[in-house]
Amino acid sequence: MSVFKCRGGISGEMPSNKSVSDAPITQFVSCRILKDHRLQWEDLWVREGKILNPEKLFFDEEGFADHKVDCGNKIIAPGFIDVQINGGYGIDFSQASGDIRRGVAQVAKKILEHGVTSFCPTLVTSPPDIYHKVIPELRVQDGGPEGAGILGIHLEGPFISEQKRGAHPPKFLRTFKAGGVADLMETYGHLDNVALVTLAPELANSAAAIRELSGRGIVVSLGHSMADLSQAEEAVQNGAIFITHLFNAMLPFHHRDPGIVGLLTSDRIPPGRMVYYGMIADGIHTHPAALRIAHRAHPAGLVLVTDAVTAMGLPPGQHSLGQQQIDIQGLHAYVAGTTTLSGSIATMDMCVRHFREVSGCTVEAALEAASLHPAQLLGVSNRKGTLEFGTDADFIVLDDTLTVRETYIAGQQVWRK
Amino acid sequence: MKLIILDDYEQVSEWTAKYIRNRIKKFNPGPDRFFTLGLPTGSTPLGCYKKLIEYHKKGEISFQYVKTFNMDEYVGLPRDHPESYHSFMWNNFFKHIDIRAENAHILDGNASSLEKECQDFEAKIKAAGGIELFVGGIGPDGHIAFNEPGSSLVSRTRVKTLAMDTILANARFFDGDLSKVPTMALTVGVGTVMDAREVMILITGSHKAFALYKALEEGVNHMWTVSAFQQHPQAVFVCDEDATQELRVKTVKYFKGIMDVHNKMVLD
Repeated sequence: MSVFKCRGGISGEMPSNKSVSDAPITQFVSCRILKDHRLQWEDLWVREGKILNPEKLFFDEEGFADHKVDCGNKIIAPGFIDVQINGGYGIDFSQASGDIRRGVAQVAKKILEHGVTSFCPTLVTSPPDIYHKVIPELRVQDGGPEGAGILGIHLEGPFISEQKRGAHPPKFLRTFKAGGVADLMETYGHLDNVALVTLAPELANSAAAIRELSGRGIVVSLGHSMADLSQAEEAVQNGAIFITHLFNAMLPFHHRDPGIVGLLTSDRIPPGRMVYYGMIADGIHTHPAALRIAHRAHPAGLVLVTDAVTAMGLPPGQHSLGQQQIDIQGLHAYVAGTTTLSGSIATMDMCVRHFREVSGCTVEAALEAASLHPAQLLGVSNRKGTLEFGTDADFIVLDDTLTVRETYIAGQQVWRK
Repeated sequence: MKLIILDDYEQVSEWTAKYIRNRIKKFNPGPDRFFTLGLPTGSTPLGCYKKLIEYHKKGEISFQYVKTFNMDEYVGLPRDHPESYHSFMWNNFFKHIDIRAENAHILDGNASSLEKECQDFEAKIKAAGGIELFVGGIGPDGHIAFNEPGSSLVSRTRVKTLAMDTILANARFFDGDLSKVPTMALTVGVGTVMDAREVMILITGSHKAFALYKALEEGVNHMWTVSAFQQHPQAVFVCDEDATQELRVKTVKYFKGIMDVHNKMVLD
């Protein structure tokens, strides 16, 4: 059965009373959709870019589908959301060279192939003039055939710990003078279109900054930090709700001071709040056993991120990126001639498959870690990250190996394998 | 009446579905000639619906020219409540087949005038040319639809207050909380179902056995409203072994003896 129209053409019959809208309705059949945390044999109905309630359509509007699409018994899941991605395909979001928007658009288009329908372009620690230049160029925007949608910018730095800076350039690290708006504005210039800020809460005066940012609806994330657990808990009391790439760039878990990792099982999280944590599940940045410990301790908070760098998506071999020579071998990107990792180059769908494989979790849990959880983190789960009626029809079709076969944004197919 | 006795629930579901399928095919409906089908809800017909969906998916039957009329619906329950009969019909039948919404009629338990809603329903049945085949179940108290004991045997579509037996039987669908079960319903009357050209009643399970006995082997009595169909010219009762437990051995043997004849009606 291929695509066929099932509307009209019946002699003498009046067209359906579609009292709400005349827009065409598409019904995806022969599929298993991720709904209510389970894969269910249900059809998916789409109209005007949103998931449609077919029962309401039937009883309220006496409506029916205009097109049916046979999904060949595959899985339909909400599109993946990547809240930490620094670039890819040779593009570095933190470089202000050339046409910034075009560079981001190039990556946005390519990540459709990985099932990513929304993302947060991430800027690493940079000097103020870079922030002032780049931030205004990266607006929140809907996705479409041109590429995945932008939910907001992730500012990773510069208010981070020197000892845990990782690959961030040391001379652009900053501290808070008073911690309030003034510090933030002086550094970043604008906070519109910013969705997340990663900072180290042990920096003096961080509390005011955390409260200021959370008050504006910006997710405050703890990372690149030397904080102990009580400092981390205080940050959460002030509004922080995320941990940037758990385990990496923070103190290791210690049984007498669990550090930031201890937030996963902390009993001092304000009621009604949840702490989410990013995990780079590329099999390299986190040992599978550590991934399993985190997942088992706090499964609902796990958010898969790629933290992909410029080299992601490039073919194996040597590449010249900015001032660096990178050597790509399989899923490893090394500084050429060394065994020093130069960032993550796994794609989001690879992370989902790897997470499922090493944690032994269900397919549903793996898919939700890359869709529902990031949407909940960003406070957009009423329109993204789920297949609930009325939400945006951003979804992907996968086979049972969790390989992405088709990507849809607003109900329109924007990529197919 | 024809009493069809089968081994178990699965066989009852299959026999009934094949019967309905064959009746519709024999009728050969078209755009000017719809097949009108009366339908029940509840656990008894679930298996039959599943089978009908299966035959539909195999291409053996289309519901494009079938008009359906459901027997009943709760009063005051939101239409999208998971236990409303609208939800039941959508999830268990309509969403899997090719029926158009304008041909699927269910009483609206939230209508501003319940009385008018009932009268309109009767008018719709009449406008559709009457019902070809009305399929129903039987309550443990012998009721057909929500025609509780004491309902007039010539009643029409109307509002009924539910009997305690019925409320108790329904409680399992409302988390066992009696206070959550609706107490009133709109229902077709006994007379409404009697007007159908053919009536088919499904009865499965030993908890229905006494009601079946009362309906078939005792007199026509408004305390066991299904007994009214003793006076219908074309009534078919389909049941499993368990439901026959209160019948006379003689009755059961007689009808089992003529199953060959009856089975001719459900050939593929």
